Amino acid sequence: MNDGRLMRFAREWWPVVSLGLGLVLIVGVVGQLGGDQTRVTLTEMLIRMVVVIATYLFIGNSGILSFGHVGFMCIGAYAAGWATCNPAWKQLMLTGLPVFLREEEYPFLLAVAGGGALAALVALIVGFAIMRLSGIAASIATFAFLAIVNSVYSNWDSVTAGTSSIIGIPQVVGPWEALAFVLLSMVVAFVFQKSRYGLMLKASRDDEVAAKASAVDIVKVRLIAFVASAFLVGMGGALYGHFLGVLTVDIFYMGLTFITLSMLVVGGIGSLFGAVVGVLAVTLVVEVLRACEAGITVGGTKIALPQGAQEIGLGVIMVLILLFRPAGLTRSREVPWPFVRRGAKPAGEPAEQAQPAE
Amino acid sequence: MIGFLQNLIDALSLGSLYALAGLGIGLLFGILRLTNFAHGDFITFGAYALIVPSLDVMATKFIGGWPWYLMLPVVAALVVVMALLSDLLVFRKLRQASAPTLMIASFALGYIIQNTILMVYGARPKAIDMWSNLQQQVTIGELRVPQLQLVTIGATVVLMVGLSLFLGRTSYGVQMRAAAEDFRMARYLGIKANFVIGLAFAISGVLAAMTALLFVSQTGTLSHMMGVPLMLFAFIATVIGGMGSLVGAVVGGFAVGFVSVMLQAYLPEDLRSFRDAFVFTVVIVVLLFRPSGLIRAKALVQRV
Repeated sequence: MNDGRLMRFAREWWPVVSLGLGLVLIVGVVGQLGGDQTRVTLTEMLIRMVVVIATYLFIGNSGILSFGHVGFMCIGAYAAGWATCNPAWKQLMLTGLPVFLREEEYPFLLAVAGGGALAALVALIVGFAIMRLSGIAASIATFAFLAIVNSVYSNWDSVTAGTSSIIGIPQVVGPWEALAFVLLSMVVAFVFQKSRYGLMLKASRDDEVAAKASAVDIVKVRLIAFVASAFLVGMGGALYGHFLGVLTVDIFYMGLTFITLSMLVVGGIGSLFGAVVGVLAVTLVVEVLRACEAGITVGGTKIALPQGAQEIGLGVIMVLILLFRPAGLTRSREVPWPFVRRGAKPAGEPAEQAQPAE
Repeated sequence: MIGFLQNLIDALSLGSLYALAGLGIGLLFGILRLTNFAHGDFITFGAYALIVPSLDVMATKFIGGWPWYLMLPVVAALVVVMALLSDLLVFRKLRQASAPTLMIASFALGYIIQNTILMVYGARPKAIDMWSNLQQQVTIGELRVPQLQLVTIGATVVLMVGLSLFLGRTSYGVQMRAAAEDFRMARYLGIKANFVIGLAFAISGVLAAMTALLFVSQTGTLSHMMGVPLMLFAFIATVIGGMGSLVGAVVGGFAVGFVSVMLQAYLPEDLRSFRDAFVFTVVIVVLLFRPSGLIRAKALVQRV
């Protein structure tokens, strides 16, 4: 009996447990074998994974393509940066900051949580308006939000140092710290998608009218997902700041938006598995191409791709993946339970939708 | 009053560019439900077609040095070929794909075009002098207007009249409108899907080429990212105007142009650097009140 319950539990949580174990393995092996440069790449990948998983929490469940999540990343990164960078510098450069931020220095974890909280607060306010919209109008509204964040943060000199950068943020994030946050966001995303609200949100994604008719408060469930996802993205941004050590506004704009969205779509927009696989796949492709660009020595002759081949190659490979797997590498399924005996009674799990509705 | 009129002409000429680019995007969205992010890079490609491929900082004109009656068709033809190739190689295989997949595919395509241009022409922006004699101002009463703005507005009007004549009066145009209205029904009635879609790509290529020429002659510079902001504003314009409606794309284009120019002119001095934040706030507000845009396209209203 107890055994059966344990099995059920293991099976229920398998999608998270398997991914978590896999990532721990990757970080352990690659982090051990690789040099400093590899660890930097690994950390950046894991931070992006936090952001992509968090973005998935909203996009995958609601079916609304959001271009605004990198805006929350920006907000989280700056908030955490304000909390941890050197007070002497802050007092000189960021004169518009409130006193409690300007005079003090806060520990890393508190700063990260603060970054997430500010992003979530902004999401609550903005989402209150935007979540009323559906489809492409909602997408454009989230893009407008990103543009507003970019415009405000690049011009509000007394608080964000404008187009120059915030410097002196302690670089404390390495692979294991980033991995911890990846695991946290996986758990949050998984709990949400299995929860009552997650199911209602998926119902609204698959058929808005029918969901409304079944008394789903669409604006409310969307808003919950939006705020939760903004909180995680904000933390991802805070990690990014403490990984780079320097913050400028322009890194949080179109480029990052599209790389994170591409990762999600390449992996499969409708599953946690897809979010993780997408990040791994795109990072792998970029790294292989980068290595090829640097040149590979084969039998004494160095073969190298021309400069710029990396970007073109990434584009071509992305197009190819989309052509052959339009629903993403994972087809938007979760990690399947591998221990199925023939004739075993299937668990009462609702099947994952293969494709979110538009 | 004169100041306002001056601003109005600025708004019209900026809006013209957005409207032209918006038409190119709206046309494909109407038929394919494709939000073509590569449109901006079609524009960039059209602009770079004017010069000799090289890494030099000073651009040497190639097609750009030809007389306009040769230059226009050749640049247009090049961009059309690019657009048709995109359809053939990428979008044709994605006819059944979901909207996000199409969107990311078009983005990836644009990324390839951008970086190819970067590889061939180098990263530094290039100066190019196109039709600089049009910078001369014309005086109308007390109004002083650069000829170029009048040319831009005029060219846009000509293209729009041409497009609406094509859509309204020719058999192919009617087929395209039918496809935009209800693609599946149109196919049942014997319209060749790939032909109509190819036609839409071709027309959007022509529009991109013309946008490129007008844009380059206004800015006088080339850069591998030049099409991106134009595409973004045009994209917003089509959504504001009403996704899927061509009139909407034009109305939206002019609306976005009008709002940005007027905010630039009339915002208080210390808020002016935040202009974009205000423009995009207006965008969100408009969407909240008119979620399906200023002009609603019939085909997009969900029937239950």
